[in-house]
Amino acid sequence: MTKRSARKIRWSFFVFFVPVFLWLFLMIVMPQIELLRMSFVGTDFYGESGFTLGHYAAFFTEPIYWLTFVRTAGYALLVTFVVLLIALPVSFFITKVADLKVTGFLMVLILVPFWVSELVRVYGWMILLRESGVLNKLLVALGILKQPVEMLYNDVTMVMGLVYTTMLFMIVPIVSVMESLDDSFIEAAHDLGAKKLTIWRTIIIPYCMPGIMSGSIIVFMLVLGSYLTPNLMGGKNSIWFTEQIYNQMIIYFNWNQGAAFGFLLLLLSSILIWVALKITGQDWRKVIK
Amino acid sequence: MIRTLPNSRTYITGFRVFIVLYFVFLFAPLIVTMVLSFNDSMFPALPWKGFTLDWFFGEGPEKIGIFHDQANLRSISTSFKTALAVATLATVVGTLAAFLFEQEDFKFKTLLYFLMIAPLVIPGVILGISLLLFANTVGLFLENSIGWDVKLLSPGFWLVVIGQFSFITTIVTLVVIARLRKFDRTLEEAAYNLGANRFEVIWYITLKYLRPAIVGGFAVAFLMSFENFNTSVFLVGSRATLPINLYLQVRDGSTPVINAISFLLIVTTSTLAVINLYAGKSRAKKQ
Repeated sequence: MTKRSARKIRWSFFVFFVPVFLWLFLMIVMPQIELLRMSFVGTDFYGESGFTLGHYAAFFTEPIYWLTFVRTAGYALLVTFVVLLIALPVSFFITKVADLKVTGFLMVLILVPFWVSELVRVYGWMILLRESGVLNKLLVALGILKQPVEMLYNDVTMVMGLVYTTMLFMIVPIVSVMESLDDSFIEAAHDLGAKKLTIWRTIIIPYCMPGIMSGSIIVFMLVLGSYLTPNLMGGKNSIWFTEQIYNQMIIYFNWNQGAAFGFLLLLLSSILIWVALKITGQDWRKVIK
Repeated sequence: MIRTLPNSRTYITGFRVFIVLYFVFLFAPLIVTMVLSFNDSMFPALPWKGFTLDWFFGEGPEKIGIFHDQANLRSISTSFKTALAVATLATVVGTLAAFLFEQEDFKFKTLLYFLMIAPLVIPGVILGISLLLFANTVGLFLENSIGWDVKLLSPGFWLVVIGQFSFITTIVTLVVIARLRKFDRTLEEAAYNLGANRFEVIWYITLKYLRPAIVGGFAVAFLMSFENFNTSVFLVGSRATLPINLYLQVRDGSTPVINAISFLLIVTTSTLAVINLYAGKSRAKKQ
């Protein structure tokens, strides 16, 4: 290429680079730095602001805060595990068992509900499960229940709701890996007398590991950061950590404390993802694809 | 075990029952919500008191349908404008980003790519509060040092747009990159040989090829913005978007007008989703 066209290409590089850089620098990097900075700013008795570790100290000394944190992380792990347990057979059915004519249709059926807003889906569960809800009316009419029971506002329902809202993000990556699994591996194992469980353990799961990992990470992050489902379906004494952040920011207007909580949540999620990748020996470069 | 192997009848039947149950689980809440929007009752619950369209067209005073419900209509229009702005901006910047990561080479490209992916793993709540804090600090700084009061930086329409844009652009970028990877670059070289410059090549060749991905990315961005709650809730001013307005009504209890809104949302989004999926499939077949 001539020198002139080479210079033109540099110019086009800046057309691409500048907006992208501004987006990532101003809307992602700087706000996170500001979040970290604000979490260390405190106002003293005389109204002077300065450096403090008080917001982090409050987190560790007040059991209500760190217990919420531990609870949230624990439930996020549980939900991820349950989602995985359901997603594996569903994906397997769609890619390997179902008639080839219906696989496309089944996939569309699975995708469609997840385009609907999370709020609408949670609302649907509320109508179904609450004391005056549809399920209670049905069970009483059928004589299975003597009187309506409140099925909403407890941890089991909340976990079910979270499983429901995040399911798709596990199924899609697993389906896309499982599709490329050669049937002849399974056929060979079967001919050599392997049991179903052995085939799952030694062929299917190891092969699908990249899909399982990226699905798990997305589901875990979504559950950790979700607000609507735990808020609307969980009980009054089962607060989610995002609700603590919301309370600090919006109700108590304590932005510095909220920033400290936000940063802790960010730290927790990054560490857990890093550990998960290390344990399973996956390369993050492969997983983010 | 799989379709090419002989399977016992119990295995296949058991598996089918499991899948049917899964689909019941998937659709039950949506169908119940939709059906109850036609119930002639003041509460979104059974018993069934007869069919009515009042929750869509009712003019009050007892039953106010969605098409006469000013507060909800206003929030729908706010969400619509927000989604339009976010989708447009995200599509433009996302397409630029796709070109940057696929067709350019520069120092720290991996680092920048990592940053571009980051919004996917940062919880939406944190994106919301960090942008709120940063906008507030910048706004205060501008006001104290040069006396500018920048409306853009206080909670309101544009801050919501910025907040949603910050992570939706990543999605659009990934959608466009996926298609750009399959692009045959010899087509570009042919155009260069015929005397086209870089921008003519992009405009007449590459963008034409990318159009399905760009349209798809725009649709996804629009839907994600329209439904976003977690990030927006920290950035809204006095004009609430639809999800925030709906949240307050769902939490505090309301008439079946929410079911009517849900009905419209479910029907519209599923239609769009199905069109999008089938359009994608017929394109894939052509190639």
